Amino acid sequence: MDLSRRDALAALAATGVAGVAGAATLDDADGAPAESPDGSAVDGLDTLVAVAETVYPSAATGVDAFVETYVDGLPDDRRDDVLAVAADLDATARDWHDAPLPDLDRSTRDGLLRDLGVDVADPDPNGYLSERIRFHLVNELLYAFYASPTGGRLVGIENPIAYPGGTESYRRASMDAEGRDG
Amino acid sequence: MAEDRSPSPRADVCIVGAGPAGAIVAARLSEAGHDAVVLDAGPRFDLDDRTEQLDAHVRPGVDGGVSETPRGDAADGLWGMGGERDEYTSSGPAGYPLNAARVKGVGGSTLHWQGMVMRLHERDFELRSRHGVGADWPLDYADLQPYYAEAERELGVAGADDNPFAPPREEPFPLPAFPPSHSDAIFAEACESLGLPTHSVPNARNSEPYDDASACVGYGTCKPVCPSGAKYTAERHVARAEAAGARVVDRAPVQRLEHDDSGDRIEAAVYATPDGEEHRQEARAVVLACGGVENVRLLLLSASDAHPDGLANASGLVGRYFMDHCFAGVGGRIDRPTRQNHVGFNTTECHALYDGTDPLPGVKLEFLNYAGPSPVIEALHADDWGDSLLESLRDSYGTHLAVGGLVEQFPRAENRITLDRSTTDDHGNPVPDVRWSVGPETRAAIERANEVQRAVLEELGAEIDWVVGPDETGPAYHHMGTTRMGTDPAESVVAPDCRAHDCDNLWIAGSSVFPTGGAMNPTLTIAALSCRLADHLDGWL
Repeated sequence: MDLSRRDALAALAATGVAGVAGAATLDDADGAPAESPDGSAVDGLDTLVAVAETVYPSAATGVDAFVETYVDGLPDDRRDDVLAVAADLDATARDWHDAPLPDLDRSTRDGLLRDLGVDVADPDPNGYLSERIRFHLVNELLYAFYASPTGGRLVGIENPIAYPGGTESYRRASMDAEGRDG
Repeated sequence: MAEDRSPSPRADVCIVGAGPAGAIVAARLSEAGHDAVVLDAGPRFDLDDRTEQLDAHVRPGVDGGVSETPRGDAADGLWGMGGERDEYTSSGPAGYPLNAARVKGVGGSTLHWQGMVMRLHERDFELRSRHGVGADWPLDYADLQPYYAEAERELGVAGADDNPFAPPREEPFPLPAFPPSHSDAIFAEACESLGLPTHSVPNARNSEPYDDASACVGYGTCKPVCPSGAKYTAERHVARAEAAGARVVDRAPVQRLEHDDSGDRIEAAVYATPDGEEHRQEARAVVLACGGVENVRLLLLSASDAHPDGLANASGLVGRYFMDHCFAGVGGRIDRPTRQNHVGFNTTECHALYDGTDPLPGVKLEFLNYAGPSPVIEALHADDWGDSLLESLRDSYGTHLAVGGLVEQFPRAENRITLDRSTTDDHGNPVPDVRWSVGPETRAAIERANEVQRAVLEELGAEIDWVVGPDETGPAYHHMGTTRMGTDPAESVVAPDCRAHDCDNLWIAGSSVFPTGGAMNPTLTIAALSCRLADHLDGWL
């Protein structure tokens, strides 16, 4: 199941984000790349892709372009929050595993998130680290995925709730009864 | 710059409440050349916030999405309901979740409604004559029929003339019906076997562009918020009223109505503003249109020496006969795809149980298009991710079906709205107390509805997962009956023209005037009565 930039734009439509075409690129979101507490440059996108590869089904491919397009299209303040928490998570990975998050294998990333309690944390944009990771990273990325037609199709619904996918799909007997949209 | 909420010069009409009942009256009277002032307790919500409200509905942890919440941190939910402004008590045997059931603000409860708009059936107007229960309306279906047609145009109803049980129609619906869903087709097989004809659902939702609003684009979140504007809200009529010269003042809760020395005429509505001031809006006519609970509270809060038990309450019936519709439902899973949660509205119903005597209370069956979980919402609440999350989503989505329904409550005097003087709101006024219960005839009708619903699912070989029966039922949030309409001032609060028996220039709009409520969602009838009231007031003014 190959995710595309077009899927990311569809997911942004689900978030109600307007003006995607004029959105800033990731690197100049706030004028400079995000930085970790120790001052080293953090590739925020790589961190986000690393989280996405952990929380998305293994069948998903094209994750990097999907995530980049999605995050680029978020409103500035929402993107800044995502990048800030990504930096915090990356710093935790360096602290606990002596390596940036993207360098950890998928199983270790998964374990790090679970050790932080992210799997059972209540999503809270201003809460503890685990709650912020759940809100700004895990849920943001899961929302992008499962509110998009391509992510929804993996479950069996090409017009998921929050995606303005029209009023044709609910009448069809199956996803196969129409061409791919989104 | 702060909005000017000072009163206007004496208006032709002051309308209390900017929901559909009040907004339709305001639009039509303004367009007829009358000066109208509308006062609403809640805020004016920004249309640009609707996508953020969708976000808040779907994503846990996102705040309400409303730019200007009415009372800061005390407000909660998508529409700012709750807190001291909206305090209430519920003393009946069945608790009543009042603040989930209404919205205060410009647009009223149409901001969060489902948008189903059926006409009452002919039997609903003559229940006492036909069956010896409930009450007769002082008008019949034929009296209201032309106003139903007007109401359908006002709301932009999408429907089809395919319901063999519906009352007679005089013209096509303004918009074509939404076609049946895939699950409707599944249900149709079973219903045909059981002799239950199915038919389309009239929706106040654009199946194609109408009234400068978009066609439905399928966000799937009709209730509680439609970001596309395809679902009717009373904001449309507020806009029309303002374009015709009406003044609509938000965040202006009316505290009481004041009458002249004779006690026969209302002189002014006294309202509060966010700066802590009180103002008097004088008017030749006053229309109460703030719902079946707040209409009552305002009449009772307006007690005076001339009207010691509250305005318009010589009968003692203000607040009595509170009715809602009770939900009945059965859900389960079958062994084939049911394609749920693409849209947030229904497209097929069955009125076959409505007009008979088994059961006597009306029952309307609804075939849901949103049975079972939504994968995206479930994913955001899951305690897992990756392949195992996908596996659990695939397991939980795809084969659910559910038959819901509304069941009629007959009017019962003991179900009532009163003032709880031990609790006060943010202005020091006693709050409403809701006393609500489900009577034996409604419980029996819910059981009968469950039998039929279960039979439909069993016909499909479904494994039944849940049943909402008489012990689990809850209200559909349709507040009716508390200022009932009638010809006898001893037995009713308003006359057939909706004017209060006890006040020469006070009218009441909305479902509080319904003597009975049937089992049809009430908003189309509310709109029809508002069209009728506007015609009447146009002549009176």
